[in-house]
Amino acid sequence: MIGALKTLIWRDVRQSYASGGTWLPVIFYLSAATLFPFAVGPDRDLLLQTGGGILWIAALLATLLPLDRLVQPDLDNGLYDQLIVRGITDELITFARLISHWLAFGPPLLFAALLASGLMGLEGPPLVTLLASLAIATPALAGLAVMIAALTAGLKGAGALGGLLLVPLAIPLLIFGAGSLADQTSSALLFLSAVSLLLVAITPFAAGAALRAVRE
Amino acid sequence: MSEGASTKIGEEGSDSLRAKALSCVRGDKMLFRDLNFALSPGQAGLVTGPNGVGKSSLLRLIAGLLQPFSGSVDTPLSIALCDDRMALDENLPLAIALRFWAKLDGKTDTDCMIAMDAVGLGHLAEVPIRYFSTGQRQRARLARTFLSSANLWLLDEPANGLDAASVELLGKTLQAHLDDGGMILAASHIALPIAFDLKLELDALEPVEASL
Repeated sequence: MIGALKTLIWRDVRQSYASGGTWLPVIFYLSAATLFPFAVGPDRDLLLQTGGGILWIAALLATLLPLDRLVQPDLDNGLYDQLIVRGITDELITFARLISHWLAFGPPLLFAALLASGLMGLEGPPLVTLLASLAIATPALAGLAVMIAALTAGLKGAGALGGLLLVPLAIPLLIFGAGSLADQTSSALLFLSAVSLLLVAITPFAAGAALRAVRE
Repeated sequence: MSEGASTKIGEEGSDSLRAKALSCVRGDKMLFRDLNFALSPGQAGLVTGPNGVGKSSLLRLIAGLLQPFSGSVDTPLSIALCDDRMALDENLPLAIALRFWAKLDGKTDTDCMIAMDAVGLGHLAEVPIRYFSTGQRQRARLARTFLSSANLWLLDEPANGLDAASVELLGKTLQAHLDDGGMILAASHIALPIAFDLKLELDALEPVEASL
């Protein structure tokens, strides 16, 4: 079981990095951060005040980019059917997908956030808080992506539908994540951790149930 | 969806395949009803019938990918399914793509080599799968199936796209599997060069009119 999990995760991570798809969210993230100062003007105070929130919105939008590559290709390819025939459960498959997607999505996004915060002039404690909140939230964002990809697998216009589904589900993350930037205590970060843990915990079951429903 | 408590799939651990009063519904159409058959170790079965009659659904049902509408299937512990999908990474060379399944099935690179040679693809081990022709793709699917050490092989049109020599080669591997005490259930329109102990002919069911 652990062996199968490792094999699945390794395959997905290798495929994500080899296909170059991993860098798409990073480039998108940096472009969004670059555009923002053009839109609101180079006022340093304004950028400092709003930059963190913008970087949070950009992280949510970057979550949408890999949606169509997470589940659909493997479903079409018959990979999941072959795994099920071998007695590997849908939950284990989606749990492996969650971990592999986070490995390909989380660290590059944090790296991009570090670069982008330079464009906003963020430094010192606000920068640390931003990176900490994103680090806590990326597993949940990866989980949301896997859930939405599994739920919309096989549907026409899955990309647009995925965007609509993400918005309400990501609201708690955004509130506590962006909220932590202005919060002097660490309570917002703790709430963010709780929401993140919850989303990560339900991902294998929700996405697994979606895969099972697609098969019938 | 299913009617009654008789639905029970995978009495795992038995070494034979046994279907009891098996029925399958896809969408709102009943594909087959009250199917009874059994395969013992070393036996092969052939499923025939017109397109859309439910041959693939029967194989998927036995593989555990579909739930029966009613009835039950007892299956051996391990099953390999070869259908029309690759389940191999297109961008990888054949040997590397097979290695993924070899790892999951607890096999070695040597076993991969043997499986590739069994379908005559040994010389293409280093070629990415996306360059393969139709027949070569089918042989890659078969290699993936042969690689697993499953007792029961479920083969959906295994000879599709194969030339005469490849069908001959396929027959040899199938016969060796049967001689080893394995079981095969195949759906095929092309004559396979092995002797079948069981022939299962599926007929289209008369649509049942809804009576008010």
